[in-house]
Amino acid sequence: MADKSKNSRKTILIGIITGFANGLFGSGGGTVVVPCMEKYLGIDAHKSHATAIAVILPLSVLSAIIYFFKSDIPWLETAVVSAGGVAGGFVGAKLLNRISGRWLHIIFGAAMLAAAVRMFL
Amino acid sequence: MIWLAVVGFASGIISGMGIGGGTILIPALVMLTDMNQQALQGINLIYFIPTAVIALITHMKAGNVEKSVVKPIIMYGIIGAVAGSVIAVGMNSEILRKIFAVFLVFMGISEVRKK
Repeated sequence: MADKSKNSRKTILIGIITGFANGLFGSGGGTVVVPCMEKYLGIDAHKSHATAIAVILPLSVLSAIIYFFKSDIPWLETAVVSAGGVAGGFVGAKLLNRISGRWLHIIFGAAMLAAAVRMFL
Repeated sequence: MIWLAVVGFASGIISGMGIGGGTILIPALVMLTDMNQQALQGINLIYFIPTAVIALITHMKAGNVEKSVVKPIIMYGIIGAVAGSVIAVGMNSEILRKIFAVFLVFMGISEVRKK
């Protein structure tokens, strides 16, 4: 954190872009904010991943409220997926401290590319 | 329905590790259901909330959260979140889905190239 004003300008931009992507895609805020914090704010990989959750949580709540009022969200499916997600989230947070930063990037990158290809098919 | 729970669990692991599990959850739900893109994105936003709360508690206990940047990023993130959400809910579902896929490609490449 050498140059504070530079960091704060970067922080503003990171905030706006992260919020926008997370709102537009209903996801992916973490995908944007994690590399930004690592590259531009000098925060290491493990801390970036944890900090991303603290940032994306309130932004997702806000976006969810907007989606709730403007589109049809199927509640039963949401509840079933969420129940699985709670269990998985606990496992994921435990795993984070056991896997190296390099492996996290490779695993996530490969998964995202595979997912993108499937969505075009 | 069982698959929905399984997909939720797998995505939850990724979310818990700090990257949007939605990058996996949303495409998986595209294959499993015939819901429009906005509904899937809405599910993901809501799904993320309890998962994130639990993951966040674990991370805070482990001292992994860099508190100095949290508040300013959220403050400006709110502006972006409102703009992005309003655009998304007003958009054609198929177009939104294609844009989402393009977004995934860029994100995937940037992840793989990192050291």
